Formats: sequence, C-alpha cells, structure tokens
Amino acid sequence: MAQGVMVFAEVAHGELSAIAKEMLGTGRRLADALGEPLQAAVVGKGVGDAAQEAIYHGADVAYTAENDALAQYQTMSYTDAMETVVKQIEPNILLVGMSDNGRDLGPRLAFRLHTGMASDCVNLTINADSKLMEATRPVSGGNATATVVIENARPQMATVRGKTSEPAVRDDSRSGSVEAIAVEIDAASLTTTVVERVKAESEGVRLEDADIVISGGRGFKGPDDFHSILEPCAKTLNGAVGASRAAVDEGWVPTQMQVGLTGKIVSPKLYIACAISGAAQHMAGCGYSKTIVAVNRDPDAPIYQRANIGVVGDYTKIIPAFHKKVAELLQ
Amino acid sequence: MNIIVTIKQVPDPEAPKESFRIDAENKLILNPANVEPVMNGYDENALEAALQIKADVGGQITVMCMGGTSASRALKQALAMGADEAILLNDKAFENADATSTAYVLSEAIKKVESYDLILCGRQASDWDLAQVPSGIAEYLRLPSVTAVQKVEAQDGGVRAERLLEDGYEVVDLPTPCLVTVSNETNSPRYPTLKGIMQAGKKKIPTWDLGELGADAARVGSAGALTTISKLEIPTFDSKCEFIEGDTPEEMGVKLALRLRELKII
Repeated sequence: MAQGVMVFAEVAHGELSAIAKEMLGTGRRLADALGEPLQAAVVGKGVGDAAQEAIYHGADVAYTAENDALAQYQTMSYTDAMETVVKQIEPNILLVGMSDNGRDLGPRLAFRLHTGMASDCVNLTINADSKLMEATRPVSGGNATATVVIENARPQMATVRGKTSEPAVRDDSRSGSVEAIAVEIDAASLTTTVVERVKAESEGVRLEDADIVISGGRGFKGPDDFHSILEPCAKTLNGAVGASRAAVDEGWVPTQMQVGLTGKIVSPKLYIACAISGAAQHMAGCGYSKTIVAVNRDPDAPIYQRANIGVVGDYTKIIPAFHKKVAELLQ
Repeated sequence: MNIIVTIKQVPDPEAPKESFRIDAENKLILNPANVEPVMNGYDENALEAALQIKADVGGQITVMCMGGTSASRALKQALAMGADEAILLNDKAFENADATSTAYVLSEAIKKVESYDLILCGRQASDWDLAQVPSGIAEYLRLPSVTAVQKVEAQDGGVRAERLLEDGYEVVDLPTPCLVTVSNETNSPRYPTLKGIMQAGKKKIPTWDLGELGADAARVGSAGALTTISKLEIPTFDSKCEFIEGDTPEEMGVKLALRLRELKII
C-alpha cells in the first residue's frame, strides 16, 4: 500500500531551494496528520549536502537520485528520475513546488505515473475521515476556489504555489537516513538542448525578495510614470517596482516585472498598488502580502475589497507627496 | 512546418467580475449571462505563434477543440484568423473531463492527423487554470516539450523556444515533432479580417466523436477522470479597508506615509 508523503526537494545551485523548504514544511504537517513518514526526493548531480539539509528541514528519509544527465533541469530526464524514485518508494502523496522547473515537471510526471494532480494549490489538508488529501486551489484567475481530491490513483499529487506556506525550520539535531536510488537516464530520450540561459537585467532589490513592492497598472497610460514616480519611491523605501499584466501586455514594462497568476508571486510586508483595479489575476500574485495599500481613482475598484489601506485619488499626485514625506521620515 | 493548435472555449475572462457565476452543486464554472464564450486567451497566443511560423516557413495549421457543439464558435474564429482546418472533438462521453481524460482525447485525435511537426497549446486555460493538458498530450504521444514560452520559431528543421524563468529565460532547441506551450508574452493575437471571416464561414468543421477516434470509452470524460472536485465556491474577503481622508491628493499622500510609520510598516 502506498505510504508516506514525498516532496520533490528541488536543488538550486547545489543547495536545497527555498521552495523545497516550503514543501518540507507542508509535507511534515500532512505526514504528521497521517502518521506516515516524510520523504524527500533529491534529484540532480552532487546533491548529498542538499539531502542532509532536507533531513534537517523535517524529512525522515531523503532519497537521492544522481546522474550526470541530471546536472541541469530537463523535462525528460527529471521525469525519468522521479518516475524511478516514485515507483520504487510508492508514496501516498507527492508534492512539487511551483518553481520554474516544478510547474513544468509536475504535470508531466503525473501523466507518466498515471495519477491525478491538483495544480497550483494554496492549501493542503488531510480529511480526518477519508484520510485523503484535500487540495485547495484558485480557479478562473482566483474568482473561485476549488477543493480537489484524488480517490483512486496514487500518489495523490499536487503542485503548490510558492510563498503560500511556512517553510520548515532548520533543526540540525534531527536525524534521518539518506539513501541513494540508482537512476538510469536513457540518453536517446534527451533530445532537447538548452542553448543558453539569459538573465534579465534588473537593478536594485529583486521583486520576489523585496520587503516593499510598489506596482503600477493600466491607469498609467504609458511607461513614463514607472520611471519618474514609482522607481524613485521604491528606491527610497529600498523596495522594488512591479506591474499588473495589463501594463506588461501594453509593452510599458518588461515581463519580469509582472505580479500575478502567470507572473511573480510576491508576499512583501507592504504592497502598494497604484492604478490597479484588483483583478483576480493580479491579486493571485500579491494577495498574501502582509499589508496592501491601494491607490485608485475609482472608489468602487475591486482592489479596495482586498486592501488594508485605501487612498482614493490620483496616484500622480498622491505618490510623489507620499514619497517626499517618507524620505523625511526615513532620514 | 505542419502545426496542430489545441484550443478551448472558455467563459470570457474580461466579463465584469460581478457576472462571474458558478454551479456549486455540480462544481461547474458557468458562462456569464449575455456574455458570449471566447477562445481561451493563451490559445489565441498559440494560434498567433502558429500563423507567424507559417508565414515564415509555410505549412498547414490544424486547430482542434474538445467541447460542446457551441465550441465551433471558437473554431470559426481560429479559421477566420487564418487556420487552414478545424476539427471539433465532441461526444456526450467527453463531458465532465478532467486534465487526464482531456489530454487522452486530444492525443488520440492528434494521432489521426497524418503528419505534424509541432503542437502548440496555450500555457493554461483561463477557466480552470490547470496547465496540465499540454504536458499530458506530450506524454501520451512521447514527445519532447517545453512549457510557458515567450517565443517560439522554426529553425533548421527543428524548433527554438524561449522558456520563461523567474529571472530571465532559457533558449531551448527541440527536434520535431514536439510540443510547446505559449504564454501571453509571446505576441498580440491578430483580429480576424472581414475576408477571413467570410472564408471561415464557408469552411466545414468536421466533428470527431468517440467512435471516430476509436478511443477507449473508459478513459474519456468523467469515466477517465482521476481527480474529483469536492467543493467549488466563490471566496469572500473581509473588506476592512481603512481609507485615508484628505482635502487634496497631496495631503492624502502625506497622511499615508504618517499612518504607515505609525503602524511601524515603514
């Protein structure tokens, strides 16, 4: 019988990734609710240290799947490796974090394993009676919420949205076993080639790391106010500038600045949304911010239903005055 | 380069938020009253990418849609935008499918197409936001795939795609046949021309049903689904928004700074 909660413990630059720690935190909670072990699947090349870190972050056992062909993420090789691990260990539940690689791997792996998967979940619990995982996920860009269960296939799979759960706390007094699982990668299946990785140019604080984010949307009517109004304010606050999908689709700002369902998911201490209506698609990317400030001319804008603090008016006048005062206060 | 584009007809995501409706009992997302359903936006991006590749290197574009008979609307739009052929996958047995059974039907239909080099799909459908079906098609057909790209083009007998990453992108070369899913960053889909609409009106859209596909009835629709939706609801939020008052916007800006300082947020 399928047993255990397995987490795809993604390794980034040789280290256990931030999202893997979140998955281990969630996985630990589910494993305890079921009274089953928490298993980490650590795939890559030279991942021994990361496997030990997974133990420190709550795993009872870490399975390493190492191979030269796994040095960098590729859909086929990672699906092959995870297929081998899952078929050998037969977990009851398998969690994959929605990183760049996780959102690509999760679905392909689910189909390979002939099991069902809930995508982009924001909450996972165990039903006390059925012992099934109940996966909660936003649908229709966040307009509705669905709860998904997988009754007749194993493992019950879910991909989990980043920054929606508390990461596991490191405890280096924890012990657990690290076991190697031999994986063979069929070189003939690796027909895709990553030619190059291109890093987007960005200055200052990274959007996803920033404690304060100030974003602009459709009401900006062009790129200028991003540079002349938001950027100086973000600089003073040691924050980052974001944008809604509307501003990206208009070509005013680069894709990497998009906050939302298909852009970046941020959860800063302070999120200031300027001239953003608050479409579900956007709120999916910032709804977990600690404090949301909305600045919008329309007092009926949906953003005010989600904001903690609202300022009804013209951002081109409000934000410069706000910025000037902030600069004074921070001196 | 012969291209297959899979599309879905969805409730219009641009419809006013107040018009959004669900059937909580039957776990369905409903079409808003008086708003016609549309082709999924990311699928429009996929079709536009196909049309641009065709303009570059030639070839044939076949569009497929699984859905009710009303979904022929979306297929007509695809033809009007410039697709060469459109096929509707429709059968009572296909209803209430999940990602698993949808991917199965689409992959069985694609197997019937004589020759193709590239399958283009939208990165996800805006109704259920699953982003699973394309990976399922690729897996069932054993094809290499790249998901969520900002660019895709034909190149030296293969395909080059730029996969979006959090802090940039990676350039990936794929052999044909392969599958690529397209994100909204890729392009701005064209509007159908009047001539295109006229020509599309004359084209026949064949319907393929379960029998035509020769597919396994146990793997389609609700019979083949592996996931169950146990609850569907519209979330409510406590609207406890504190409004900053003031006579001028400048005054409100200053007050906002003072309030955030008072709350120790800045």
